[in-house]
Amino acid sequence: MSLPHLFRFPGGIQPDAHKKESSEQPIRPVPLPARLAVPLVQSSQGSARTIVTVGDKVLKGQCIGEAEGNAGTAIHAPTSGRVTEIGRYPMAHPSGLDTLAIVIEPDGEERWIAREPLDMASASHEELILRVQASGIVGMGGAAFPSHIKANSKIDTLIINGAECEPWISCDDRLMRERSADIVTGARILRRLTGARRVLIGIEDNKPEAITAMKLVVQAAADDGGEISVITVPTRYPTGGQKQLIRVLTGFEIASNQRSSSFGVQCFNVGTAHAVCRALVHGEAMVSRVVTVTGNVEHPGNYEVLLGTAVADLIELCVAKPGTERTLMGGPLMGFTLPRLDAPITKSSNCIIAASNTLFPPAPPEQPCIRCGSCAQSCPTGLLPFELYWSSRAKNYDGAVHYNISECIECGCCAYVCPAHIPLVDYFRFAKSEIRARNQEKRAADQARARFEARSARLERDKAEKAARLTAKAAETRAALAANKDAATDANDAALIAAAVARTQAQSQAQPPASGQNGGATPPEPSI
Amino acid sequence: MIGITLALGIALGYAAIHFKVEGNPLAAQIDALLPQTQCAQCGYPGCKPYAEAVASGAAEINLCTPGGDEGAHKLAELLGREFKPHGGPVVEKVKVVALIDEQTCIGCTLCIQACPVDAIVGAAKQMHTVIAPICTGCELCLPPCPVDCISLIAEPRTPQNWRWKYPVTGLKVVA
Repeated sequence: MSLPHLFRFPGGIQPDAHKKESSEQPIRPVPLPARLAVPLVQSSQGSARTIVTVGDKVLKGQCIGEAEGNAGTAIHAPTSGRVTEIGRYPMAHPSGLDTLAIVIEPDGEERWIAREPLDMASASHEELILRVQASGIVGMGGAAFPSHIKANSKIDTLIINGAECEPWISCDDRLMRERSADIVTGARILRRLTGARRVLIGIEDNKPEAITAMKLVVQAAADDGGEISVITVPTRYPTGGQKQLIRVLTGFEIASNQRSSSFGVQCFNVGTAHAVCRALVHGEAMVSRVVTVTGNVEHPGNYEVLLGTAVADLIELCVAKPGTERTLMGGPLMGFTLPRLDAPITKSSNCIIAASNTLFPPAPPEQPCIRCGSCAQSCPTGLLPFELYWSSRAKNYDGAVHYNISECIECGCCAYVCPAHIPLVDYFRFAKSEIRARNQEKRAADQARARFEARSARLERDKAEKAARLTAKAAETRAALAANKDAATDANDAALIAAAVARTQAQSQAQPPASGQNGGATPPEPSI
Repeated sequence: MIGITLALGIALGYAAIHFKVEGNPLAAQIDALLPQTQCAQCGYPGCKPYAEAVASGAAEINLCTPGGDEGAHKLAELLGREFKPHGGPVVEKVKVVALIDEQTCIGCTLCIQACPVDAIVGAAKQMHTVIAPICTGCELCLPPCPVDCISLIAEPRTPQNWRWKYPVTGLKVVA
């Protein structure tokens, strides 16, 4: 096979990898924690609707939350046990906000629900997609995008992302070394679903064992129509970013408002491919994932963690060394500091880092930007971070939008190289959330305007209709009166008038004129 | 000469009919800057009537309470008028939505009639409720309620509306 031509994305950095700390131990199981709090929201696009009640006995892999809507994904009991509570628990999010979670108290038996693998030969495309959704599979690289949506598009090139470019993280590396067969089977299923012509598995060259393992499997299973190739890509952060890896492997550059599928490319993480295989071939829903626990801990490594396990339990298991100041979820560049350690492991949590001031020295004080331009050279999306910084710092959001802040993937390369130690990504995250809030307000205002105008129009219309109704009714009454009048004869009228005149005259004659001048009681009106 | 006159005349006549601007474009621009709360605190029955009044010069630019000074600045910029601070008390901008206590509601429909954006559903002698995503928090439903069962609650914080804080620069200890 000829070496494929690789492309380059602009910028990027080469920080110390720090992978060896955790990548040398095989994936280990985690003892069952005392309780598992599984959040109902596990995907970026939708949530699940709980279908169990407090007190229910559940089996491992049993569906406890149905997919809500087209974009929703199901959630499953990570172990067998009893549902003890459905309540608000912290979520794995920088805000530390609460979200609804189903709490399961394990019974320690780890009893699986009856597993129903799909017959891959006879299953239809729709059945497979439905099973992907019902098994709760979302992108495991970090974005947690529902996989059934991505797998339901027709493409030419399927990319399996095994780059794992961020320092310290090694869960994909271990997964590829130990479960390469499942990953390749998953990739084949995804190829069938998407109708892709070729499958490219991109792995960074700092993971030679993973590359060997994957190549062995790909070569051993003599191919069944369609090319699968394992491609070694140069180690450079952020090659593992979806758009960056697509760029490196295919040369396509995808703007923020475009989808990779419109270029005939779709990218899945190796973890996702593995989960697809477990779900479809083995009938196991997504109930656990491999998580790297590393940093300032006694036993760094990769662990098979049940979803809903609290981060604190993992840290306890790996024994944090003294000096641990804070805990990061995700890598040191794109991750975030966990505000609380009772947050659960979710489908997108790939790494937990116990951070000490020795390993991750706190950033020196921010100094003024000296306009050196290093950030622009390091930006993998070709933005001008210094411009974005000035705009964001001045809260000039129009300026930030003008310099395409939405293209920023928050990879942290700019902040990494900044000689003035400016926390650029913090500014960008701030500006992005403000812009998002502003857009939401704008949408709400547009909606309110439309509703107000519709209501005003309706009130106007009602008023006009009422006026028309009254006019019509008045005309009707007049017509009815006229009809009555026609019935009475003119002579009759004349007689009545003559009688009235006669009565009036009789009354005025009966009263002396003086009493009338005194302002006495006026004669009663003659009634007809 | 006559030919040119005729041609231009026809062109202008065509343009006047086919490119006629509907409504008042300035009022629409002003309306776009207003927060669309429809709260009527400016003294006009809604944002659009206020926008029309501002466009015609009948109203000051600083009457919008939800828009506050920020909104007045935007209007001043658009209209080339001088900025005037909003006179009233400065309220912190927290989005609130109305909530009907369904135990207390007697189903009088008065709030439904008061709501400028039709965000309340219900019928006579039936319980009413607020459609929270549509509610603008204008408070117009509060005064008509005969049993005071409507309260304003702050919109709950979710990851979708949570915002990152402005980065705070640590001070350097020099001595």
